[in-house]
Parts: sequence; C-alpha cells; structure tokens
Amino acid sequence: MARRQYSYYPGCSSVKLGSAANMDVSVKTMCDVLDIELNEIPDWNCCSASIGYGDGGELPRMALSARNLALSAQAHPGQDLVATCAACWLATREAKDRLEHDAEMMGDMNQALAAGGLKLDQAPEARHMCEVIVEDFGFDALKAKVTRPLEGLKVAGYVGCQTNRPFGIDGESFENPVYLDRMIESCGADAIPNYDKKVSCCGGALMFSEPDKCQPLVREIIEAAYDNGADLIATPCPVCQMNVEVYQGQINKKFGTKFNIPVVYYSQLLAVAFGKNAKQAGLDGQVIKAPQLEKIAGK
Amino acid sequence: MSDLNAAMVTRYRDDFLKEVEANVEEGDWVKMCMQCGVCSGSCPLGPHWEHPPQELFMMIRANQREAVLSSSSMWMCTSCYNCLVRCPREVPITHIMHGLAHYAERLGLAPKEQPTRKFSKIFWKNLSGSGRGNETTLAAQLYFMNGFGEGVKKAIEMLPVGLGMLKAKRLNPFGLFAHKGVKDKKGLHAILAKAREIELAKAAKYQA
Repeated sequence: MARRQYSYYPGCSSVKLGSAANMDVSVKTMCDVLDIELNEIPDWNCCSASIGYGDGGELPRMALSARNLALSAQAHPGQDLVATCAACWLATREAKDRLEHDAEMMGDMNQALAAGGLKLDQAPEARHMCEVIVEDFGFDALKAKVTRPLEGLKVAGYVGCQTNRPFGIDGESFENPVYLDRMIESCGADAIPNYDKKVSCCGGALMFSEPDKCQPLVREIIEAAYDNGADLIATPCPVCQMNVEVYQGQINKKFGTKFNIPVVYYSQLLAVAFGKNAKQAGLDGQVIKAPQLEKIAGK
Repeated sequence: MSDLNAAMVTRYRDDFLKEVEANVEEGDWVKMCMQCGVCSGSCPLGPHWEHPPQELFMMIRANQREAVLSSSSMWMCTSCYNCLVRCPREVPITHIMHGLAHYAERLGLAPKEQPTRKFSKIFWKNLSGSGRGNETTLAAQLYFMNGFGEGVKKAIEMLPVGLGMLKAKRLNPFGLFAHKGVKDKKGLHAILAKAREIELAKAAKYQA
C-alpha cells in the first residue's frame, strides 16, 4: 500500500513536555509502522477545548478551528486533517460541519479570517486518528503488522466521551462502541466487551475546577475495570488518560481505595504489539508504570 | 446592572424565550424541549445541578430570567455530550449550556465565585494570548484563583501529581517563564478580534 498522507493537528497537550507527550510519541511510532505520513499543520492553534466559552463567544471559538482548517487546506491541499485529541477533533469537526451548513456563519467567518490574511473555501475532512485507523486501514491491516501479540493481557477499553459523542466513528453506537475492543483484540490482548464504564465521563476539564465532584466519577471508572479483572485501561483520549491515571493517589487517600492501575493509549498498545520498544511506545511517559507492557516490549 | 443587561431587559421585557432564541448559541432549540428529563438523568454531574437542563428550559419559557442567568447550573456541564445524543428531540443541549453560560457572563450576571466560570476565563485568556494553551501556567493560575493562601495549600496538595507528571516528562517546568505559542500572534489576534466584533455588532442591533 502506498504511503498515506494526512494533515496532522497534534494539539496543545501533545507537544514536547505536554500532558499527552507520550501519546504523540506512540502515535508517531504507530503511524510509522502503518506507513502513514503525518504533515503537521504549520502554526496550528488551540481549539479552546469546550471550556473556553466563559469569555470566548461562539464565533471567536469557532474562528480558532476555522484558522486551523484554513491553514491545513493551504499547506496540505487534498489531505484530510487528522487529530489525535478528542477535544481538538470535536471542535474542528464541529466547525467544519456548522460552517458548511450555515452560509451566514461562513460569510462572517471569512470576514474574520481575512483580518489575519486567511481564507476558507473548502474545509478539509476533519477526522480522528481512530477513524483513520479503523476506516482507512481496518483491523485486519493492524493484525497483519503485529509481531508481538499482547497475549494474556486483559485490557479495559475506555472510550470516554468526546471521541464517541456527538460524532463518534461511523457505524458505532454511542452507548456501546466496539472499535476500541476490536483494536485491543487486534493486538492479541483480551478485551472486556461488557466494561460498563466504557463511555462514562471522567469529568473532563471540570476535574480541575470541581475535583470533589469529578473524582468519584473516575473512581467508578477504575473500580469497574478492576471488577472485570483488567490489567490495564486503554483509551484514545488525552483528558481521559490524565484524569484516570494521575489522580489515583488522591482518590486512594480520599476513599481509602488501593488503586494502582496503568492507563495507556490505544496507540501504545499497538506500538508494542507492532514490535517497538518501551521508549518508542512512550511507556516512559506513564505516571503509573505499565510493567506488563514494558515486559512484552522488552522481549 | 451592566448596560448590555439593561438594554436586553428593555428590549425583550417579558419574553425571555425570545431573548434566548436571539442571543444564545442554539437558543432557538429551547422551545423544542418536551420535559422528559432524559438529559438530567444522563448527566454525570446531574445531582449537582441547581436546575437540571430541562428545568432551565422550562424556566426560560416561564420568564425566570434572573434565576436562569445567575444560576451556577450551566457551569456544571462537563461537555460529555450524553444529553445531546440521547435527547429524543435532538436538542443540542451541550451547546445551549455553553451558550447560556457565555451569555450570562457577557451580561455580568454569572455567579462570580463559580469555580468553572473562573477556570473557563483563565483558559480563554491563556490560549487566546499565545494561541496555544500553556498547561504549566494554566495549572498555576488555577491553583491560585482563590487567592494566595489557598493557592499554596492547593499547590502542596497537588505536588505529588505534579511531580509524577514532571518525572514522566509530561509537565514543562519552564512553561512558567517561556511559552512560544503560535508564530503569527498578530494574525490570530486580528481574527479573534474581528470575530468578536461581528458577534457583538449582531447583539448591538437589539440595543437601540
């Protein structure tokens, strides 16, 4: 298969020393194996991540995504825009959809963009990396690249919210999407199809502003993973990953639990299954180490 | 009362639904709510809402203007989009909650001490300044948003989390002092300013 090209929108958390730096490392490793070329959008900006609405009005918030879409079309014509972060994807895809269905808004937006010397005629498709993996490659293509199956590993696939709603992956259900489980199985690991917190909310940005209300949500997500015998949790979302991983110490203190479960990205599972080492899979970026995966990666 | 708020009260008098339809993101969907309550039952923070979404919608129709706009409720939205995909009338509830929060803030009616309101304002300032979010200053500003004393307490409480992130190379200690953001800040700022200008000009039409 010829090398595929995509216009890449990494987002603020995926930068070096960002909270999802390990996702970016593993995504690039995964893409390398799948012969995907990621062409970073030059001078991309933040999407405002569904929390900037206090001071950011509808049009200014949408303008952030419109600028990214315009830059993408300009620098990488004909390439789909692909985001790895759920919030980045949601904001970009929503801007594209709304601008294309609202001529007045498109007119206003082009006025705004013109102030910065940009123009948006035809927005590129705005896709999530999981969409690209599932739709442009498929599970068999993943399996074909597996050299080190993650045998015996039981993984709770935690899809979360914004990768799944309001858009999600075509053909998947909002209540019980199965693509993450199928990715896990493609790696040779055991999925937990009935993981009951698969699409529950981790609190998102409110983990920062309302920790007492959101930590119980994360507690339930982790508890359900343990109840199903999971060795680790895997997710596509950088906010889910962080919220479920880094507050386990605080949750233990507050609720008397003894949580210590690794939370990794789907791309890290794939990178290890594709035969890459722990560093290439970004496993050195875990706050709670994933020794089961490190062991396989070290084989 | 802010000038804009006074103008809106005069303009719409006893028709808050009309005011919401004209000024709030996706506000023209409010009348479609049939009070089934699926949104409230689907919300991860449901029990913490002073007025859950379907109640807000009924209050809008009942002209409870002050009670709606000064409520902390819509600031409880985690943007999980559960309500939106489950709503039998396909009302874009998440957008309306963001829109109500923004409108209340613009009118000066939003509850000043609401933590998510504060965080949202910090976040917007953080990202729109440089064009990219700076996670380090964002966290620091967040901890200190309720004053210095509480900030120090919060920072100490969060220290193990921060150290874990630092060790995993997922936190930039230099982010406090240097943050690059986008190269074309001038262009980005001009785009945002123009977008805001267009939006406010539309609202101003109703102020005459």
